[in-house]
Amino acid sequence: MTEHVLHPEKWIDSYADYLFNYTIGRVNDAEIAKDLVQETFLAGLKSAKNYKGEAAERTWLIAILKRKVIDHYRKTNSKKGRAEVRMDYSVHTDSQGDWLEEQIADPFSSFETDAIENKELGLAIHACIAKLPKKQALVFSMKTIQEMDTETICNELDINPSNLWVMIHRARTTLMGCLNQNWFKP
Amino acid sequence: MMISCKKAALICNKVQYREATFLERLKLKFHLFVCKNCPEFSRQNSRLTSLCQQADLRSLSETDKKKMKEILKEEF
Repeated sequence: MTEHVLHPEKWIDSYADYLFNYTIGRVNDAEIAKDLVQETFLAGLKSAKNYKGEAAERTWLIAILKRKVIDHYRKTNSKKGRAEVRMDYSVHTDSQGDWLEEQIADPFSSFETDAIENKELGLAIHACIAKLPKKQALVFSMKTIQEMDTETICNELDINPSNLWVMIHRARTTLMGCLNQNWFKP
Repeated sequence: MMISCKKAALICNKVQYREATFLERLKLKFHLFVCKNCPEFSRQNSRLTSLCQQADLRSLSETDKKKMKEILKEEF
């Protein structure tokens, strides 16, 4: 078994986006998710001496984050003085009233399983991005996730378009391989 | 009309971000028709694009990450 050691100086580059996606799937609010990720890193740092190296670094951080998410829900619920189940009126229909009936699961709907699978897919992709060389990961995220145009990225990173496309090519090729291994053949 | 596999890959990547011109796409189509290896790359590349769209990826901005790094550094 390999010995796991913590490298807090690399946490943000390696795990911030992964943790952020994990959180946003649970709290549905980018600002809150950002704060929770931040708190997780700080809590991780504080309890770093308790890290026994049994779990991989990311798994260990996720365990801390899970508690943070639960704490967050406890806090928001106690503010209102009672536990609350949030159920938003469906925005996809224009019908009114009778909404409880409409919320009953449609046995033929694949919406829920799709949503869960997409969440997992997002995490798998981020785990693969985290393995890329730093600059490739940055260029790929700017282009693919933040959807910035080539010119803006080139200006911001002070590279020329052919550099950019070389990095995109390498990143995409590595990602295809990584996803083939981790997503299509788990 | 003939382009190298390297050039084809470049155009194929541009296609993923809708940045290939009409002429480039035409050249790529032709290349994919005659080349043995590139169609597989092209297929996987498009699949990666659709997976990324399907996953609704989010990431923190560089400024947010920088801020986090500073806060973490202070504590470290």
